[in-house]
Amino acid sequence: MIRAEHLTKRFGTFTAISDVSFEVERGEIVGFLGPNGAGKTTTMRILGGVFPPTAGRAVVAGYDVVKDSLRARSIVGYFPERVSLYLDLTVREYLRYVAQMKGLDGGQRRAEIDRALGSCALTHVAHRLIGTLSKGYRQRVGIAQALVGQPRVLILDEPTAGLDPEQVAEMRRLIRNLRGESTVILSTHILSEVEATCDRVIIINQGRILAVDTPRNLNQRLRQTSQIYLEVLGPTDAVARRLGAIPGVLSVEISPSPADGAAAFIVATAKDRDLRADLAACISEAQWGLQELRPVALSLEAIFLSLVNEPARPPSPEDNEVPGRLSA
Amino acid sequence: MKFLVVCRRELRSYFSSYIAYILLAVFLLLSGYFFYSDLIFFILFGGYILPTGLWQYVFLDMRLCALLVLPLLTMRLFAEEKKLGTIELLWTYPVRDGEIVMGKFLACWIFFLTMLLPTAINPLIFYHFYQFAIGPLLAAYLGIFLLGTAFIACGVFISSLTENQVVSAMATYGILVFFWFLTWNEEVADERIVHVLLRLSLFDHFYNFSRGVIDTRDVAFFALFVSLFLFLTLESLGVRKWRGVR
Repeated sequence: MIRAEHLTKRFGTFTAISDVSFEVERGEIVGFLGPNGAGKTTTMRILGGVFPPTAGRAVVAGYDVVKDSLRARSIVGYFPERVSLYLDLTVREYLRYVAQMKGLDGGQRRAEIDRALGSCALTHVAHRLIGTLSKGYRQRVGIAQALVGQPRVLILDEPTAGLDPEQVAEMRRLIRNLRGESTVILSTHILSEVEATCDRVIIINQGRILAVDTPRNLNQRLRQTSQIYLEVLGPTDAVARRLGAIPGVLSVEISPSPADGAAAFIVATAKDRDLRADLAACISEAQWGLQELRPVALSLEAIFLSLVNEPARPPSPEDNEVPGRLSA
Repeated sequence: MKFLVVCRRELRSYFSSYIAYILLAVFLLLSGYFFYSDLIFFILFGGYILPTGLWQYVFLDMRLCALLVLPLLTMRLFAEEKKLGTIELLWTYPVRDGEIVMGKFLACWIFFLTMLLPTAINPLIFYHFYQFAIGPLLAAYLGIFLLGTAFIACGVFISSLTENQVVSAMATYGILVFFWFLTWNEEVADERIVHVLLRLSLFDHFYNFSRGVIDTRDVAFFALFVSLFLFLTLESLGVRKWRGVR
């Protein structure tokens, strides 16, 4: 649905992005993750048709964003990083204006405006001037204008920036509700956002793509060992010794005990070797109480840090063992 | 037809702020006052040829009012959108740059017409007392209309260059006044140069109209002037393609 091929954008001598390539399938929600100044907005502006790339090509729903700009733009709903709206219009007037700009006519326009108002929970402020609305509401109007006309592709540049936690949750719910209806690409520098809403993540830093994968696969790929967290009711040292003796276990680390009196351990095993059943069997054999047993997922935070701190290089498919300083 | 959507929104912005009304009021008050004093002058000094004795002065004065007011009208067109950042969204809608320029230009144009029409009340009252030939008056109106259109085109272009409205207005004044003073040094300049300067001067092409004469060369000049600045505006919007958006 979205295909970026070797996008490069230079402003004078400054290179904002360089050789950025990725693909987004129909119906996917993809997160564009990177620190501030990584080139997220530049990439999104190219996809949204604001300006063309210096080199490379971007295709949205089959239309080249430069050669077929008008048709590509008519498929895209765009939410800019800096939400600026015409403050002297009411919400409804503004959305009517947007609908007209997108070329919707008469009855369809009315229905679309009502739908956008509804899905962004704006119906009760539809008659108010945008200038009198709070930041959270303006942000929602920004989303609503992107949604008008049911665009097949949504480009959302930092949709949750500057919102309070409750509004953030609401915004994420709104985005998740778009799943299936639209293909969504959203940028953020907040990692939990990607984990909460996205099917796949594109990590970008200093204008280059570092990784493209699902949060889960990235997690797998960057780990040298698998880790399992255990809480056991039993004598700490004895349990640790017993667990350490299981074949395949590389190390046992004693974690700070949870409040309920159980002992907690993190067991490292060889990568891709699932020992959960063996661990459980061992505990029950010794007649200790097994409180909890779960694989430890690396946080995206850790993945991200390890990727960003590496010298930038394009990831290759056989690049499975990305070295990292990971010991969660 | 998207330029109509742009145009409507611009007009909405003009009339939802008091700026539009103030500009309108100042223009009407000044041009009304000038009409009054020019008429007194005409009667006191026993003029008897209306086009050169009255209309000429009325419209030369009205030209000054337009010069004063129109840059203040055009200054916000692009500058404000750039400053607020609303222009970024505008560029993501399926609309051509040309339609955006046309829409904004048209909005100013309509506003200018709204300013110009009520000034017709003055000659209408005059006509009630004295049935003069209306041809020369209509020619003068055509002239001020073309001149104002040229002012607007110039203002639209300058506004596309900056995001500061004051800079936008000031630079427009600068250019327009320059085109006015272009012929003021005819005493010192070479005769051949003056000839060229006269051809370029915005106001020298207006004098014929104000005296009731429609010369196609003058009409062509204004058409060219307007097209040039609208073209430059389009080019200046295209600059984002390599310079980016703030």
